[in-house]
Amino acid sequence: MKSPLLKLVAQRVGLSVILLFAVSLLIFVGTQILPGDVAQSILGQSATPEAVANLRESLGLNQPAYLRYLEWLGGLLTGHLGNALSNGLPIGPELWQRLKNTLFLAFWAAAISVPLSTVLGLIAVRHKNGFIDKMISATTLLTISLPDFFIGYLLIYFVAVKLGWFTSVSTVFDGMPFLQRMNAIVLPATALTLVVLAQMMRMTRAAILNVMQSAYVETAQLKGLSQFEIIWHHAFPNSIAPIINVIMLNLAYLVVGVVVIEVIFVYPGMGQYLVDHVAKRDVPVVQDCGLIFAAVYIGLNMLADIFAILSNPRLRHPK
Amino acid sequence: MLDIRRIPPTALLGIIITALYILVAIFTPWIAPYSDTAVVGDVWAPGSAAHWLGTDNLGRDLLTRLLYGARITLFIAALATALSFTLGASLGFTAAVVGGWFDELLSRFIDLIMSIPTLIFALVVLSVLPADTLILILVMGILDSTRVFRISRAVAVDINVMDFVEAAKLRGEGKLWIIFREILPNALSPLVAELGLRFIFAILFLSALSFLGLGVQPPASDWGGMVKENKDGIVFGVPAALLPAAAISILAISVNLVADWILNRTTDLKGGRGNA
Repeated sequence: MKSPLLKLVAQRVGLSVILLFAVSLLIFVGTQILPGDVAQSILGQSATPEAVANLRESLGLNQPAYLRYLEWLGGLLTGHLGNALSNGLPIGPELWQRLKNTLFLAFWAAAISVPLSTVLGLIAVRHKNGFIDKMISATTLLTISLPDFFIGYLLIYFVAVKLGWFTSVSTVFDGMPFLQRMNAIVLPATALTLVVLAQMMRMTRAAILNVMQSAYVETAQLKGLSQFEIIWHHAFPNSIAPIINVIMLNLAYLVVGVVVIEVIFVYPGMGQYLVDHVAKRDVPVVQDCGLIFAAVYIGLNMLADIFAILSNPRLRHPK
Repeated sequence: MLDIRRIPPTALLGIIITALYILVAIFTPWIAPYSDTAVVGDVWAPGSAAHWLGTDNLGRDLLTRLLYGARITLFIAALATALSFTLGASLGFTAAVVGGWFDELLSRFIDLIMSIPTLIFALVVLSVLPADTLILILVMGILDSTRVFRISRAVAVDINVMDFVEAAKLRGEGKLWIIFREILPNALSPLVAELGLRFIFAILFLSALSFLGLGVQPPASDWGGMVKENKDGIVFGVPAALLPAAAISILAISVNLVADWILNRTTDLKGGRGNA
């Protein structure tokens, strides 16, 4: 295999791995070497020096920083995420459970928003500068201006409280029947969808419009194909790569949006877990959560690039 | 020159509303009907003649809290934006002018920071830093300067190869002259549009942090913090938390309208198809 494709993909994967290591170092440095002693901030300013010294000892803070970093990294690579400071329990099982919940929520939000935004984007191009197109740019302005929690609480206020549909608190637990679980995530998934939909739609529209200005589309127009035929057979296949790119970037955005949405709906996911432990100054949990969020984000960006490489026909044939 | 009649109505509306917000933020202590910390009524009382918008979760006047919220929110967001612009633009311009390993190193470091979602990175850092407004502004400004860096570097790289910059270099001007007298004036218009967008981002970001309990600390409250304080009322049908959230949205829409117009205007000036 001397395909340039494979080489490019391998390069991109390698780059992401290096990036991930650099990010883990950055997170570690950010939480360990910044001014402000972890032990001191856990115990508060009024703590006695002895208490602080004891806690430093038990946290292993007296070891040199690079040893602590290697220990943390080694633990992560072998699946040992360490213990939480706040309750002393291992982080791994809890985090795994929460990650599953978050991915479940994000999956369904993506399952709704991706097809919907693609179809709406196509419609917007079909009726460029028409009423639907104007509506779409107006909603885009609205959703990039609205804070995520406003969308969430509007849904709770009008749908859950006023109409009485669905509950405002999305409790999920292990062994919950599937339909019940789906019912619980309707509102948070809707909120997440609304958060990313307009942006995805706008970028889809831009990607297709870009293709629509090319010479072969003009040829298609001149030979009298219908607008739909042109979009479906000529523009859409050529805009798949940029659209997939857009989708991946928005999924990455969804990973961040999930933090605020989970807190609004009291959904037991990783975002809520992270926020709770930031407030408790539970550094090991924050480090692990931060790194996992960053890993998902970097992974999705990597997939976006790989799809872009794979869908570029020029790279498929070695010259 | 700029003719007020040539401003599109949406942008004009944006300018007026943004100006109103700024005036309110400046003159809050004189226009607020009550003290922002005084408990003046029942918890979550509905609107009345004495309290136009009702009261909040502790019985404080909601309108007063909203006005003070404007002051705090705009103040912090403005300082954070100023910091991110000063830092981002000066580093970006320097990287473009100096070039070489300095540019490479700085650009890769910025890439690294930007590969972590901003909110996640802020949460990680705030978990060890003391809860303090100054720290908050620093964290927000520094994290956001990465985006300003990218844009100003990109703009400056383009300008740096133009003839008048070459001429300045040939007649022996120093790097500082090149940055401040040659590049900065020519990079201003794209940066001004970006300024509006960064300001909105700062407001949304601050609100998100305060909503999560990691931004402005009580008893002072920005709008995000007010949403957090009053969110429990929503399930009882008390819309108090929706008001500060709406205040953020209206401001964000207004500034976006203005920024869109500036963006279109600068691309139009360059002969680009700004409205396409």
